[in-house]
Amino acid sequence: MINVLKPGLLSSIQDLGRTGYQKYGVISSGAMDPFSHRMANLLAGNKENDPVLEITMMGPMLTFKEDTLISICGGDLSPSINGQPVRTWRSVLVKKGSELKFGQCRKGCRAYLAAAGGFSVPEVMNSKSTYLRAGLGGYKGRALKSGDLLETGKPSLQSLKITEYLTKQILDRTFVENDWGIASELIPDTAANPEIRITRGRQFDLFSEASKVQLFKHAFEVTSQSDRMGYRLKGPALALSEHAEQISEAVNFGSIQVPPDGNPIVLLADRQTTGGYPKIGQVAAVDLPLLAQAKPGDSLSFSEISNEQAQQLLIKREMKLKELKQGIFLKTRGGN
Amino acid sequence: MMRYTLHPLGEDAVLVELGKEISKETHRKVQSLTAFLEKHPPEWMIEYIPAYTTVTIFYNPFEAYQLSNGQLPFDFVCSLITPLIEELTENDMQEPQIVEIPVCYGGEFGPDLDFVAEHNGITPEEVIEVHSSGSYLVYMIGFAPGFPFIGGMSEQIAAPRRDTPRLKIPERTVGIAGMQTGIYPIETPGGWQLIGRTPVKLFRPMDESPTLLKAGDHIKFKPISLEEYHHWEETEQ
Repeated sequence: MINVLKPGLLSSIQDLGRTGYQKYGVISSGAMDPFSHRMANLLAGNKENDPVLEITMMGPMLTFKEDTLISICGGDLSPSINGQPVRTWRSVLVKKGSELKFGQCRKGCRAYLAAAGGFSVPEVMNSKSTYLRAGLGGYKGRALKSGDLLETGKPSLQSLKITEYLTKQILDRTFVENDWGIASELIPDTAANPEIRITRGRQFDLFSEASKVQLFKHAFEVTSQSDRMGYRLKGPALALSEHAEQISEAVNFGSIQVPPDGNPIVLLADRQTTGGYPKIGQVAAVDLPLLAQAKPGDSLSFSEISNEQAQQLLIKREMKLKELKQGIFLKTRGGN
Repeated sequence: MMRYTLHPLGEDAVLVELGKEISKETHRKVQSLTAFLEKHPPEWMIEYIPAYTTVTIFYNPFEAYQLSNGQLPFDFVCSLITPLIEELTENDMQEPQIVEIPVCYGGEFGPDLDFVAEHNGITPEEVIEVHSSGSYLVYMIGFAPGFPFIGGMSEQIAAPRRDTPRLKIPERTVGIAGMQTGIYPIETPGGWQLIGRTPVKLFRPMDESPTLLKAGDHIKFKPISLEEYHHWEETEQ
């Protein structure tokens, strides 16, 4: 069990999203950076879709009521346990009574804390993600508050093996990190001001020639009116070559839509299911982590790739992840 | 045979476009495709989102790739969808459900009823009469859980959106925007003209089918008194 001493700015339980209910207008929700979410779970010995804690900008302060295997992936929010820095992208065994807190946002802005067994929250409409606006799912349908108690589920065999290996090394320390973690080449480079690869949106051709050029030539700033639903960007105003009413249709994670004021909005985890604004682009799935880790004030630049390239990049990444999963399985089966 | 085009929407979705304009005919095509997907969900499909003229089908691209023998996921999924669509007939459609929605018009629940009446040069009673005598088709659900995009409202009660949207519109409020009427299932900001409220919940997250309405349903509005409203609301909870 984990006790929430301070909740941080916005800490909510998320899995990989609520699927099957978008046809009813129920949004997907889920982790903003699904890659880091999956990695955090793998390192804790969990299933990829298990619920983890998504931590935003200013992290929470948590105490562990029992020895717990955890892992923190995603942005570097300066996590420390009892005052000592703890590494991200690694399995970490934390002793009972230890206190985890976060500090400065050094890289990115969202961290994912997985605990072995996943956080125990009820499943609502096929998912454990928090749907903040409707007050559903996750921990009581809301972001964490001081005094909340997070229970964890039954650890998997994999979690138990990693725990057993780390228990041998912890001695009298308050925590111990595993001697291996996610290889740095797999970790997305979440520098400020990222370059994001996009494909053309379905209404790309309806935009003026000038807008099509500016989309790829100019940087766009992530404004402070950005949240889990979408990032509102500011840059050169984008316009259609002639006014055309759009018929509402489905949107996706990473769709870039342009309302009449010309400032693009990139739709994210808490996006509506359908939208009626023209879509100029679509962020490549492999670059969604870069986007999710961008914070207000950062600027984004877009470069164009084809649909084929976007798919090939995704397949390549998933192949590497498949190898990684097999690697972790072999390591832990042999005692570590 | 249906005419359609297929478009990628990110790496994990294909958008099937079945028409270019909002019409009953296109809506029927959308309905027959979704009815088919509902009855025979392909194993590679994660979910689908129907809209006015499109149905977007989501899949796991890496699983599709592994099933495909090296084909790109989009091409592979399109090759599976094509025969499904080509065999579709309107017989696949489900019988439309007729849903009666009780509405307490005006007063505290419908602060803009008078505006809608004045705008159209009729009395508030006539607005209620027109609104509740129409038969409406739910073209799609979107924007919010269970929010119906409804067609079929009479021009006699059309009214422009408010210049400044209200920050909070209570759940279950019935409104008018332009030629459309709609019902807010959950509390949201919005610019519609509000004419009444229904005691019936449109979003029921704990039910297996979490929304009262689905695309293809027909709606009839039934005027009720404030007393009936309160009685209904009590029995709903």
